[in-house]
Amino acid sequence: MDTNAMLDMDAFNDAQAAKRARMRMISATIRYVLLFVVGILMLYPLIWLVGASFKTNSEIFSGAGFIPREPTLDGYIKGWETSTPYTFGRFFWNSFLIILPKTIGTAISCTMAAYAFARFDFPLKKILFTTVIATLLLPNVVTRIPQYLLFRDLGWLDSFLPLWVPSALAGDAFFVFMLVQFLRSLPSDMEEAARVDGANSLQTLIYIVVPMLAPALISVCLFQFMWTMNDFLGPLIYLSSVDKYPVSLALKLSIDTTEAFEWNRILAMSVLTIAPALIIFFAAQRYFIEGISSGGVKG
Amino acid sequence: MKRQRFLGLAYLAPYVLGLLVFTAIPFIASFYLSFTRYDLMSEPRWAGLANYEKLLTRDRTFEKSLWVTLTYVFLTVPLKLAFALFIAAILNYKLKFINFFRTAFYVPSILGGSIAIAVLWRYIFASEGLANMGLGMIGLGPVDWFGDPTNALFTITLLRCWQFGSAMVIFLAALQSIDKSLYEAAAIDGASKTRVFFSITLPLLTPVIFFNLIMQMVQAFQEFNGPYIITQGGPLKSTYLLPLYIYDEAFKKFNMGYASAIAWVLFGIIMVLTLIAFWSSKKWVYYAGDKRS
Repeated sequence: MDTNAMLDMDAFNDAQAAKRARMRMISATIRYVLLFVVGILMLYPLIWLVGASFKTNSEIFSGAGFIPREPTLDGYIKGWETSTPYTFGRFFWNSFLIILPKTIGTAISCTMAAYAFARFDFPLKKILFTTVIATLLLPNVVTRIPQYLLFRDLGWLDSFLPLWVPSALAGDAFFVFMLVQFLRSLPSDMEEAARVDGANSLQTLIYIVVPMLAPALISVCLFQFMWTMNDFLGPLIYLSSVDKYPVSLALKLSIDTTEAFEWNRILAMSVLTIAPALIIFFAAQRYFIEGISSGGVKG
Repeated sequence: MKRQRFLGLAYLAPYVLGLLVFTAIPFIASFYLSFTRYDLMSEPRWAGLANYEKLLTRDRTFEKSLWVTLTYVFLTVPLKLAFALFIAAILNYKLKFINFFRTAFYVPSILGGSIAIAVLWRYIFASEGLANMGLGMIGLGPVDWFGDPTNALFTITLLRCWQFGSAMVIFLAALQSIDKSLYEAAAIDGASKTRVFFSITLPLLTPVIFFNLIMQMVQAFQEFNGPYIITQGGPLKSTYLLPLYIYDEAFKKFNMGYASAIAWVLFGIIMVLTLIAFWSSKKWVYYAGDKRS
């Protein structure tokens, strides 16, 4: 091969490299544009919701922009009052009263179940663990009617007990499964060391296992918080007096009872009901992403 | 070690109690109830196969509702998963701001089934709502999202596809765990990008696709909040999913027996589809040698 041909070859290679670099630039740009457009489509409805909640009723359907022309707190003030004898504060308090015991009960009972499955051998262990997977896949719709009848016979209807007790008995199989997976991935040396030092199994659980499980437990509590906050069907079936309504039912009630054209009240209360979930999500994002990446999640 | 055998069960006691009282016994009771007439006023009366016979031969509402439910599930689940996988694949390139995008795409999932979002959907897809204004800007005519029976179900599908974030996060985690040396080897062999995606990425993702498929399907069959708030099952029952029908029969008309029978038909369908998925998974789901225990 003579020198000229070699030079041609180099030039050719350079051109190829430049072409490839250009292609990469173009495809990267396409990707960013695509992600950006999808991102806007994802978030704009939420941004619009917040903006529209400060608009006057006549402005809400008059343009696609989210910045209110004459910002008003009217929706918030009137919406908060509701058409019931109670303010929305009462409904937030009810939601809190449902969520707190339910979440604590979930954390304790699911930790105990996970500890049993991951660290002990006992009769029927295989079958019992299969029931966790089976419950995970079992549609709630099948058990709902007999559960309702059971709560009626126990005299628990129109109280928070039907919402608390099943979860406090590790009824959310997904959380048990997630904690078992997490605990199995952790070494048990520390626990054995504790046992050698004379700690019993409960002390080991509280002082060694729970601190190690902390990240997964935080995920469990956060998800339970979100799901309970969003839960609608449970309260709809079990609660009948308005003074016990959580925010999800109260919002539905306000749609049914607010006069037409009073849109900003409903939008304002919608913003308030999703605010706690959003705040907690942004404060503790890491735990959500890790939680679903490790166990997979519905939603 | 003998002592430990019972210790384990002691820690499991709350779970076992809950399992029996709130899952196992209701499960059996529900099967029994489906063969009875029960209006809450008097004791359940045995009715043999009458409920099922009526359901499968004479109940036009059930026929319609079943058809709507199947359409909804077969529309929503593939669309949502395909979209989630597509976005996850793009995010998997070394991009800047990946965390920002991941968060933005995940936020709708967090608010998921909340009533507030269903309410928002009613406003956005109202005849003069945001969706039609957006379409107007790019020169497309207004769509009758909820008034037209052919569109209403699709509008609810859109709501659930908007929440593709949690499926996407699972896909993304799986994509990031794929061994990079496989791609390097493919690059040396000169494989095209499409080839790499279909020969390496997709097979390695099949366990996660399978998992997402099952979870999303079981969930889609139980969709309630969306149609209940947004369309109340209408227009012309075009969004009257089976869970709505069960709710109306059980908690509005108090036909507990008949509602249980509908629930069992729904359960049967979910179970058959899940079993088909599990059975077929042997053929298409690829498990690498090192499975996490």
